[in-house]
Order: sequence, then C-alpha cells, then structure tokens
Amino acid sequence: VADDVSPTGELNRFGRELEVAVVLDALADAGLSLADVDGVCHPESAVGFAEYLGVHPTFLESTMTGGSSYEVHVEHAAAAIASGVCDVVVSVYAATPRSDRTQGRHREWRRPAGPNPMAEWDLPYGLRTPMGPYALAAARHMHEFGTTSEQLAQIAVSTREWAAMNPRARYRDPITIDDVLASPLQVSPLHLLDCCLVTDGAGAFVMTSAERARTLRKPPVFVLGAATCSDHLVIGQMPDLTTTPGAVSGPRAFEMAGLAPADVDVLMGYDSFTITALLHLEDLGFCKKGEGGPFAADGHLGPGGSLDMNTNGGGLSFTHPGTYGMFLITEATRQLRGECGERQVAGANVAVAHGSGIFLSVMSTAVLGTEATL
Amino acid sequence: VTAEPAAPARFEPPIGVEAGAFWEATRDRRLLVQWCTACDRGVFYPRVFCPHCGGGSDALEWRTASGRASVYAAGVEHRPEAVGAKFSAGQPYCVALVDLEEGVRMLTNVIGCPPEEVHSGMAVRVTWEPLSDGRQLPLFEPAEAGS
Repeated sequence: VADDVSPTGELNRFGRELEVAVVLDALADAGLSLADVDGVCHPESAVGFAEYLGVHPTFLESTMTGGSSYEVHVEHAAAAIASGVCDVVVSVYAATPRSDRTQGRHREWRRPAGPNPMAEWDLPYGLRTPMGPYALAAARHMHEFGTTSEQLAQIAVSTREWAAMNPRARYRDPITIDDVLASPLQVSPLHLLDCCLVTDGAGAFVMTSAERARTLRKPPVFVLGAATCSDHLVIGQMPDLTTTPGAVSGPRAFEMAGLAPADVDVLMGYDSFTITALLHLEDLGFCKKGEGGPFAADGHLGPGGSLDMNTNGGGLSFTHPGTYGMFLITEATRQLRGECGERQVAGANVAVAHGSGIFLSVMSTAVLGTEATL
Repeated sequence: VTAEPAAPARFEPPIGVEAGAFWEATRDRRLLVQWCTACDRGVFYPRVFCPHCGGGSDALEWRTASGRASVYAAGVEHRPEAVGAKFSAGQPYCVALVDLEEGVRMLTNVIGCPPEEVHSGMAVRVTWEPLSDGRQLPLFEPAEAGS
C-alpha cells in the first residue's frame, strides 16, 4: 500500500503524476514492479489508466460506487485472482480538490485523468470516431497482408444473408460486393456498408448459479470460459494495428473452457465494421493471422458456410445502438436454446460472444455452452 | 455590433500537464520527443514516468526530433463535415499514424499531396500549421516535396 497526504491539506502534485506515484510506491512496498501488474482498477477509466501505465491487463475494473468504490475493487479483485483471471491488481485513487481551488487549476484538470489524450493528440487532426481508427487498422491490414476491399465487403454480404432470416433485423434485402464498394466512402478504405448501423436497441440478461438455472423456465446456457484483455485506449497507442487484444482474451477463454475454435458452432463476433470481424477471425484462431481476407472471400461465413458468424445479422445489418455487445449474448443464448427459427444453427452447443470495446482497445471473450457441453 | 471571432479551423488541443514543453517548442517549429534516459527509448504521448521501464520523471528529458517519419497507416476522411473539420475547406483529407525516426508513433495529417496517395511506408517530414494562440500544430508532408 501507499498513500500521499499532507498536514497542509495540499499536495504539490496532482492528476496522473499523483496516481502514478502512489501506484509505484505501493508496488515498491510489495516488492513488485509494473511488469507484474495484470489487473487495473480505476474509478473513472481502468482502460485509460492502464494505457498510461503501459500495461496490458486481463482484469479491468471501473466500478464507481462513490466512496465505497475501493472496497468494491477489493471484492472484485479477490474474486478475479481466486479464479485465475489475473495475478497482481493495482487500485488507485487521487484527488486534489483543495489545491485545485487554491492553484486555480483548469477545471478539466481537476479530474485525475487530466486532459483526455484523445483531445490533445487525436482530435486536432479531424480523426472521426469511431470509424477513423478502424479505417487505419484496415489500411494497415491491407498493407501487411494484401487484404482487399472486396474481401472486407464479403463480410457485409454474408452478414446480410443472415439478416435476411431475422424478421427483426433493420436491413434484410440482399447486397452484393459491388453494392458495398459503391456505397460512399466514409474514412477510406471503409465504405458506408462496411460500417455498423445506428439504431435504437436494448437488451438484458440474467445470470444465476448452474443449480438454480436448471430449475428455471428456459434451458440454461452455461459460461464455459471468459477472458478479457486491453492493450490501449487511443489508436496511436495500439501496439500493432493488425492484432487486437483478442489474441490474448480468445485463447485464454478457450483454455478455460477446454475447447478450441473448431468446437464453436456459433461465433458472435462484434462487427462494428467489417475489419473488426475480420480481426476477430484471426485473433480468435478461426484462421491464421493475415488470412482473414481470403477466409471471408471463400464464403465460410454466410448461411451454409463452415463458420456460422453473427447469425442475427450483426451490427452491420441487425442493430447497433452504440455498444452492441449485449446483443452478442442474447443471440448466442437463443441459438444455444434453439429459439432462432429460420436462422437456427442445427445442433448448436457452443457459442462464443466476443465483444470489442472502444477502438479495438478492449476485447472480452465469453465461451457459452449447453448442458451437453458440461 | 462586434464581429464574432472566426471559429478555429481545427479543434485546438488542450495542453496536458506533461506536455507543456512540447507545445511551447512548437512556437519555434521544433518537434520535441520525450526520451527516457534509463531505457533509451522515446515516450509518446508525454507522461510523468516511462511506461517502458517504469523510470521516474528524473529519467525523462526532451529531445528535438529530426522531423523525419514513415507512414504506419493512412486513411482518407471523405466527409469532413461529419467531423466538423474546416481545415481542409470541405475536401477529403488524410489522417495517418506516422512513426518518427525516434521510434514513437503519433497521429497527424499528411498534406502536400492528394490524400489518397498517402500509404504505409511512405517517407514524410514534419511541417507546421499555426494555431490561434501562437502554438503550431505538427503536420507531415511527403519527404521529397519542395526542399
């Protein structure tokens, strides 16, 4: 542990400097260093603080319950460590309301995080979010692996084929690769039909113990494995634009489940953009790194293909209110219960809900299964 | 009736507490990179400590960058109005990540050539655009241009 206070009631440092100082002091107190840290708790943004620290945590905790936040972090970190999610967690708090007032510090800087790095280093250049960072990832993937706009377009086409079988999808009319390429460029190389929708939407799920779930109204769906990883917040800090932290969360979740990509019957992979889905295919191990383009172009992804992906029509054609990850879980659950009608994947026993957060920043993988998988 | 001040053509960056020296140097069109003397690596964006090695602020110094860089990834914004960006006069513009010779990566605009011609691996060099408060914003242009 470490803390920093003064009888004067004021400290001579604030914001990130103060946060980093107490974290490093606490680690030193424990005989550890930042290299040991794989869990980060921060009451505003664990993702942003982890990026600042330069660590790539598998446990991120930003629960904010006011003054009790840090006791909640103890509880959640203990559960995470006990279940093998992570090994070394840091939780931090820093606030300087007194010196902010006496020093007349800029209002924005009173927040521990200080100015958002995105405001200082990205927004002046007219980076449009969310599509700008994804366009850069697509451009880099094209440069390194020869991926084409046609291959990305095939993902939108295959996903629309699934949407055609979902009466609740926003768009159901078939599209072609030419339609995607003829749709207006947004941030090149991404076209309008490479991008997810903007719709209204809402979802919820209920979790309980396996024992209790078996007594309830619907067949239970079991969490076989789950894992998360973050390696940046803003796109300029992403170590490699062609590899997401899903390359960590995916294998960890499969290992926990004792399963492999070949065992998956339904992949719900967050398709904010076609490039997002392509990166999931590679990082989760459904194809090799760099081969996502040919894999999509070979028709593996639509109805009747070798990999049933985004069977509800995805963020590209079904719905996308902003943070679509909830709908990965509702569709995966319904597929495993056999409730999907025309688009039902026969004999679906294993489904993966793979969520993508912010700008390819945080990936979280949940491997779900029916009773038959236990 | 007093004239409204013209709205800046760009979103003008706030100055982070770690980046005062960086922005001050831009007034003289100098591109600074924060450098960790403990592990001999560049740090961007600027921080109060080194995220590579955990080195403290006493290990960090500012070095003047050469201004030479290589494009890591580039895209073209085709709807400037959707971003509220006025600096391109409504025309498509290039947003790129560039790798400075000093080993750090930053977002920027590459100007001085048609935006769709900017590509990964392209050699670029720093150029500057004035902000309203006397600071200058680092942009990049093809390395072979002008000179």
